[in-house]
Amino acid sequence: MTTTAPRSFQEIILRLQSYWARQGCAVLQPYDMEVGAGTFHPATTLRALGSRAWAAAYVQPSRRPTDGRYGENPNRLQHYYQYQVLIKPSPANLQDLYLGSLAAIGIDAGLHDIRFVEDDWESPTLGAWGLGWEVWCDGMEVSQFTYFQQVGGHDCKPVSGELTYGLERLAMYVLGIDHVMDMPFNDPQAPIPLTYGDIFRQTEREYSRWNFDQADTEMLLKHFEDAEAECERILAAPAEDNTGRRIVMAHPAYDQCIKASHLFNLLDARGVISVTERQAYIGRVRALAKKCADAFVTTEAGGGVAA
Amino acid sequence: MPDLLIELFSEEIPARMQARARDDLKKLVTDGLVEAGLTYRAAQAFSTPRRLTLALEALTAESRAVREERKGPAVGAPEKAVEGFLRSTGLTMDRLEVRDDKKGQVYFAVIEKPGRPAAEIVAEVLETTIRSFPWPKSMRWGTGTLRWVRPLHSILCILTDDHGAEVVPLDIDGIASGSATRGHRFLAPDAFAVTGFDDYQAKLKRAHVILSSDDRADHIWHDATTMAFAAGLEVVEDKGLLAEVAGLVEWPVVLMGKIGEDFLGLPPEVLQTSMREHQKFFSCRNPKTGRIEGFVTVANTETSDHGATILKGNQKVLSARLSDARFFWENDLRTVKSVGMEGMAAGLANVTFHNKLGSQADRIARIEALAREIAPLVGAKPDLAAEAARVAKADLQSAMVGEFPELQGTMGVYYAKAAGLPEAVAMACKAHYQPLGPSDDVPTDPVSVAVALADKIDTLTGFWAIDEKPTGSKDPFALRRAALGVIRLVLGNGVRIGLARWLVRSEVNLRTAIIRATNFESFEREDELAVALMQVAGLSKELAEEKAADLMDERVGREAAIQALEEKLGIAGKDIEARTTAELLAFFHDRLKVHLRDEGIRHDVIDASLAMPGNDDLTLLVRRAEALAAFLKTDDGENLLQGFKRANNILTQAEARDGVEYSFGADPKFAEDPAERTLFTALDAAEGAIAPAMKAEDFATAMTAMASLRAPIDAFFEAVQVNTDNAVVRRNRLNLLSRIRQICLSVADLTKLEG
Repeated sequence: MTTTAPRSFQEIILRLQSYWARQGCAVLQPYDMEVGAGTFHPATTLRALGSRAWAAAYVQPSRRPTDGRYGENPNRLQHYYQYQVLIKPSPANLQDLYLGSLAAIGIDAGLHDIRFVEDDWESPTLGAWGLGWEVWCDGMEVSQFTYFQQVGGHDCKPVSGELTYGLERLAMYVLGIDHVMDMPFNDPQAPIPLTYGDIFRQTEREYSRWNFDQADTEMLLKHFEDAEAECERILAAPAEDNTGRRIVMAHPAYDQCIKASHLFNLLDARGVISVTERQAYIGRVRALAKKCADAFVTTEAGGGVAA
Repeated sequence: MPDLLIELFSEEIPARMQARARDDLKKLVTDGLVEAGLTYRAAQAFSTPRRLTLALEALTAESRAVREERKGPAVGAPEKAVEGFLRSTGLTMDRLEVRDDKKGQVYFAVIEKPGRPAAEIVAEVLETTIRSFPWPKSMRWGTGTLRWVRPLHSILCILTDDHGAEVVPLDIDGIASGSATRGHRFLAPDAFAVTGFDDYQAKLKRAHVILSSDDRADHIWHDATTMAFAAGLEVVEDKGLLAEVAGLVEWPVVLMGKIGEDFLGLPPEVLQTSMREHQKFFSCRNPKTGRIEGFVTVANTETSDHGATILKGNQKVLSARLSDARFFWENDLRTVKSVGMEGMAAGLANVTFHNKLGSQADRIARIEALAREIAPLVGAKPDLAAEAARVAKADLQSAMVGEFPELQGTMGVYYAKAAGLPEAVAMACKAHYQPLGPSDDVPTDPVSVAVALADKIDTLTGFWAIDEKPTGSKDPFALRRAALGVIRLVLGNGVRIGLARWLVRSEVNLRTAIIRATNFESFEREDELAVALMQVAGLSKELAEEKAADLMDERVGREAAIQALEEKLGIAGKDIEARTTAELLAFFHDRLKVHLRDEGIRHDVIDASLAMPGNDDLTLLVRRAEALAAFLKTDDGENLLQGFKRANNILTQAEARDGVEYSFGADPKFAEDPAERTLFTALDAAEGAIAPAMKAEDFATAMTAMASLRAPIDAFFEAVQVNTDNAVVRRNRLNLLSRIRQICLSVADLTKLEG
């Protein structure tokens, strides 16, 4: 299959969406909360748990406050997009499916050097790890490819295959762009062509300032503690509601865990967390993630109750 | 006799695990086959990123039948014993034979194991091998329970003889064995069948896979050096990288590019490290300028544009990486030019070295104090050594070392020079870490030697003080390496220092610093503070209680109390000294023995030298051991040793029996035999020569003088009976032997020598 080269950032996203839709994935929408990576979306973290089959693909806006550079660095952003695919159980041809997605966005294996280079993935905040590779295209990392072994302290059975594409970096490579802000977001021939910078330069500046200098750390700390308390309270509530229905609130609790994780990232960017405290905070978030995972596997979606 | 071919085909195996996996596959399969009664002529194992392969030549077609007889319990033995025997032999009661034995009738089991075909054994052994393969990390995939390094896709397992190839049938978690494999992922993805190893290797090559990692490495090195040569450059050798890259490709295609002009000003180490660590590029040096001007990358595929797109992409990634590196470099240079190396080092106060040993800045202050004191002994100016110690670790705070920790020290040299510091100070930034391993160079510049010694001594006394000593194979703080480093620094430079004194000084400094850093105000009770003082400062119980009382006493005042405590610590140094010399010095001596053994000096020769006073002066110790080793190689030396041993044995026995020590001077007037009188003269002469030689530490001369005793001692024992009936003569002769012992032992403790 020969494909024409994509012309914009959004075209790359659209091609990935339709490619993975053709492979039978449910194309989901981004999770409506601030997260550090696509993995945090419950469609990955929670759905990688339990016995039920799953196949989902989605774009996830992600925030890493410490990576902000006021929109000036050609590659670094505090807000960026990840494309995430999760298939459970991991199909035997997942590598081929993945290579098909590269072809779909114009990376021709007949011209490029595509390599699977060892890179084991671990998320201390999610209590999760897996084995896999970073995928190199001509020496550049374009994706992370992981077979999940554990999430939230639970063994993954069956194992999910997870693909994560760093969209800006991948698109810059495909489109031949040197500075992310110069990248065409929509079609350059459109009546109103917009670059990535037209859309995000302003926000990168504003958020960099807020993340690094202005965010109220006392408030953030209080929010962190509130989120932690609420997460634990929700999970400690009885499984039966006042009409006697059994409803374990794994997802609302997990939202609080996501919040705590992002608040920790903000506190970290403000430089108010010392090296020793860091480990303690990460441990607190991981404890929440683990409890949420424990709760999820008792639910119907988690395969704990017959549907 | 058939040949066996096994291929385990999987998704990409990490490069670093391949060599070990090849060996493990070969060992596990061949051990299993041999255990089951098969033999083979030769075995070869191979790996590529996607396959592990084992080829065995001339495997026996079936195992030999085995008949085994085992003796069991006596007839009439308790039922339990008989049952156990049946269980262990796998037989039933009616299959046991009863035979007459010395002690009566006994059960015998005769176990017949018929020969089994190779295929059956191979299938079993391969299944066990796959299921128990010792990957450093393994994983599950899909719905299976099998573990492998990455998903395992197919198993090729065939036995080939004159009649052709036959698949060894086995099925592991739904993966059935066959005779097919696949070629290169992109260039020849289709499956094909093979009939034997030669066919396999040839077909793989046609399918763009070079099976042997050595062949791939040779190919890469050949093409890389040829291309570099054509461009007037030379490839910087890097065996580790070559092995790694050979494990990342099945079909290596070497591409060469130039480094952009903008980056040529970066230090060569930075270019090399950045290219190797991030992109697995080889560096190409211009032999005329010494600069790194090009790179070699190895692709895993051939393309219609002969790699142009691939090279362009790699070049682009390199530019981004080197832009980062240049940013760090320029930033760091600006820092040292404006605030100097000490300014750069300021942040080290916030970097923990070890939670019980304070910050990096605390450690640097201790190293500085020690380096200043050691300096005169190694011919360095104290102020210069102190300055070097202050700045030697500054680069740990640089952006470049933050990104590439392996450049610590190397960057320090550049930054110290940029800050205008003297050459000797700059060099110490790198050299004070050396020697980093047994093959690393030993610094020789006096300033570097002083700081390197202080650095290592502080490390050793520090971790010793907090009881983090190496045990068995565990040495997380590399203390053995530090001790060997001190040994090589001392010996390599002929440094004359009594190590014990510096170990004690270093530990006292350390404990003083810890006391100063302890927050005494936080203690409310005297006894708690006393316990803390014992723990942190290593004070004795009495001293700790006394000082705790002072520190708590407002009339004394905190500062006065601490000062008094520090003075006391100087006295407490006695305790520390006893402990340190007992333990840490013994640790040094153990390391020294290993070091000297590698240099070919016998352990008993080292023991004979270690038993002498001044054994914490390693240079002296080794000179003595070397002279002794040389001496023992001579005929005179070996014979003198025998004479000494004979004298010592007779004397020791007599002393034990008589309960006295024969150490009063022998008198020549009681000598009866000419040989006895000759020995007296010889001992006088030897003593006259040995004493000044020992004073001058001229061991060779002393030992030559000692050797001159050989003939008179031999003649004495030939002519004279020591234990005669005449008590006076006997006592005189024993005292004469005592002189022999005394003279010989003044050179080395010959009693420790074997043979």
